Amino acid sequence: MRVELRIRRYNPEVKKKPWWGEYDVDDVNPNDSVLDVLHRVKWTIDGSLSMRRSCAHGVCGSDAMRINGTNALACKVLVGRLAKEGSEKVNIQIEPLLGLPVEKDLIVDMEPFFAHYRSAMPFFVNETPAPDDKRERRQTPEDRAKFDDTTKCILCAACTTSCPSFWANGRYVGPATIVQAHRFIFDSRDRAYQERLEILGQRFGVWRCRTIFNCTSACPRDIEVTRAIAEVKKALATGIV
Amino acid sequence: MSEKIHTHIFDSVIVGAGGAGLMAALYASRSSNVAVISKLYPTRSHTGAAQGGIGAALGNLEEDHWEWHAYDTVKGSDFLADQDVVDILCREAVETVIELEHMGLPFDRTPEGKISQRRFGGHTNNETGQPVMRACHAADRTGHMILQTLYQQCIKNQVQFYDEYHVMDLIRIDDTIRGVVTVNIATGEYHIFHSKAVLIATGGWGRCWEVTSNAHSLTGDGAAICLRRGIPLEDMEFFQFHPTGIFRLGILLTEGVRGEGGVLVNDQGERFMERYAPTIKDLASRDVVSRAIYLEVQAGRGIGGNNYVHLDVRPETVNHYLKEAGEDRRIDAAYIEEKLPDIADFTRTYLGVDPVREPMPVQPTAHYAMGGIPTDLHGRVVLDGENTILDGLYAAGEVACVSVHGANRLGTNSLVDLVVFGRRAGLHMADYCLEADLLPLPDNAASSVVNEISRIRGNSGGVKSHQIRTDMQRTMTDNVGVFRTAETLAKAREVLENLAEQYESIEIDDKGKRFNTDLLEAWELGCLIELAQATTESALARFESRGAHARDDFTDRDDENWLKHTLCFKDGDSNRLDYKPVTLGRYEPKPRVY
Ligand SMILES: Cc1cc2nc3c(=O)[nH]c(=O)nc-3n(C[C@H](O)[C@H](O)[C@H](O)COP(=O)(O)OP(=O)(O)OC[C@H]3O[C@@H](n4cnc5c(N)ncnc54)[C@H](O)[C@@H]3O)c2cc1C
Ligand code: SF4
Ligand code: FES
Repeated sequence: MRVELRIRRYNPEVKKKPWWGEYDVDDVNPNDSVLDVLHRVKWTIDGSLSMRRSCAHGVCGSDAMRINGTNALACKVLVGRLAKEGSEKVNIQIEPLLGLPVEKDLIVDMEPFFAHYRSAMPFFVNETPAPDDKRERRQTPEDRAKFDDTTKCILCAACTTSCPSFWANGRYVGPATIVQAHRFIFDSRDRAYQERLEILGQRFGVWRCRTIFNCTSACPRDIEVTRAIAEVKKALATGIV
Repeated sequence: MSEKIHTHIFDSVIVGAGGAGLMAALYASRSSNVAVISKLYPTRSHTGAAQGGIGAALGNLEEDHWEWHAYDTVKGSDFLADQDVVDILCREAVETVIELEHMGLPFDRTPEGKISQRRFGGHTNNETGQPVMRACHAADRTGHMILQTLYQQCIKNQVQFYDEYHVMDLIRIDDTIRGVVTVNIATGEYHIFHSKAVLIATGGWGRCWEVTSNAHSLTGDGAAICLRRGIPLEDMEFFQFHPTGIFRLGILLTEGVRGEGGVLVNDQGERFMERYAPTIKDLASRDVVSRAIYLEVQAGRGIGGNNYVHLDVRPETVNHYLKEAGEDRRIDAAYIEEKLPDIADFTRTYLGVDPVREPMPVQPTAHYAMGGIPTDLHGRVVLDGENTILDGLYAAGEVACVSVHGANRLGTNSLVDLVVFGRRAGLHMADYCLEADLLPLPDNAASSVVNEISRIRGNSGGVKSHQIRTDMQRTMTDNVGVFRTAETLAKAREVLENLAEQYESIEIDDKGKRFNTDLLEAWELGCLIELAQATTESALARFESRGAHARDDFTDRDDENWLKHTLCFKDGDSNRLDYKPVTLGRYEPKPRVY
């Protein structure tokens, strides 16, 4: 099929202002991903088009971008699914994530995102001695299940950059940070949930979330982000995890 | 044009932030000043793609011993692995997996709350020969959990990262190491990291082939850089083709699918592995299964005559064979969703196939480099057949060749390799830095990188990287694949030589500095071509079939002449080969039957 792409381009070395690049790509297999098509442009039409990518199958989190107005991983969106039923042609518009400074084309500055991530202690804390038999700490399958969903996060930023509260104020830690903190708060082995809750209870923590659900629909790992946030809010309100 | 060059000073630098680099960083940073440099954000590293599990004889679900794990590893390696280091791998696997759990890694759990384990190819109860549950896992995203956990611990320990810095050269003066030369991807500026020691942990080079489970970024940079700096590459002819890549795309479907009971079937609906490996069937070693698929396809028994077979994990199929095997266990759709959620997601997303209802089309996919930078048991790089150590240079992870995998790696053993030898290398390097002096940087330390980059940027030869890359990948797939012969290898040699020549005329579109991925991709292609050549030369010279190196013209293993490791050196534009003996131990080489 034929893909007509409109890509938001930006390169301060070439032009001060962003522009739209338009590219037509023919003979695209409907099962090709948007990343495949971007590669076709980069490799055969304009090598200066820049984006991040690595794994090409939705597990590394490099290539979150706005595709036809919605955040997604380019490698996980198949071109055929964007086309109208039976149509041989599809128009795709691609822009960088919103809410993070654009560096070049589809590449944004991820540092503000990672700084938020690091702020909520995204690491396991348990300074009590490990079991005497030198084996694993035990955890029941039920306790393990409580935070299973949030262990899937690949830090792609699709959620945070789809959130109107984050757009309104970049100091909000954003859904991804909360997801990452949730993974530890609800881990029965961890000992630092109070500190994490304290961090997330502050002004730019969970209460900025207005339950808009954009994050949940944006998440390429199908994490129930809003639900995780609600669980953290509840833990804050009740003091019980 | 004179370029501004920034310089940073550290005790040591670690190149690569996958499982191996991060594990090394955690240990090295305890007692020395370390920089971790990575061309990707650490969490984007391909360790995160590892699915099925990490092997350790915990014996949580049934009897197991690290010695059994060691024997399976040696047998899996087709007796080419060095048995002293295999012992270390399998013994330390147990404590290291426990250590990962103590770092918070969320393994799946048994009903008693222990780390859950599953079956995997080539891992057996040595007494019965039957598959054993040894692969510790966190659903089918074990690598993701390892990568996340190690990165989290690095944040906790305030390890210093230089993300999106691309390492392009190693500063080696005679037999000393002085650091690395990098490009900051965001600015295009050059940064030298001046250090006493360097650890290379840049992962594999599956992108030499057309169909691969490897990320676009797996271009073997660290291996190529070392080769250019006079360090040999060991056992390059042994590259693993994983039997179950998604047809055409190469995306991996973990062996865990078969570990949970899935089977391979041909066009006639036959579970053909029963013929090739009567005892452990679908869970035979990867080389064995990949060849079986290839032969089925050759014999016209691919699905609909195409070059793929089916991987079937539908509950009714799995239960049928469980019953046939006299096992009590039965599975249902919910079990598959719980144990293999990512696999289900991949096949639904990319194929529109629901694995609970339909079989999945699979073909062998280029997966793992058994060979690489030769090291000793502390990750120290060795320079020759006498194991002469190059002080200050370390390698760990897929890029290294200790050699614990020999001619064929067992599933789950790479993740073990990363953490066991990553830790050893990190510890040794920190100790080394306590004693060693920081030697001065030579003048113009960055000049060869600066020259090469300006050459590529300024070139107007009109040849596109994409063209060369595609030709190289096709050639490698057709001629240096699951099976090879003198004829196919000679053909590959000729084509690669030609491509290497064309590479000199490569022209890029982006002449800028910031995030110039056009330029970086062109530079990476140079690495791939050199590694493809080293692979082909090593394969041409080995007149036997062993593990992943299967030659149609020398179909047998020949222990008399070939029980030895290949070392491939670069001499100017050509490669020179040497060999070194295999370290044997408890297990005498014998024919490999599964
Ligand atoms: C799909 C898949 C599934 C797998 N499943 C399993 C499994 O279940 N069990 C198992 O044991 N093994 C598995 N493996 C194998 C295993 O995952 C890999 O061998 C292993 O993760 C490699 O880790 P590493 O640390 O060596 O390198 P990687 O994780 O690949 O990391 C390489 C690092 O080097 C950096 N780098 C590379 N070049 C440069 C440069 N020039 N400059 C700066 N930085 C650079 C990258 O940014 C990255 O951080 C699987 C592999 C794949 C592809
Ligand atoms: S929660 Fe989902 S969308 Fe948000 S960063 Fe993690 S994986 Fe991406
Ligand atoms: S390239 Fe890794 S998530 Fe898309």
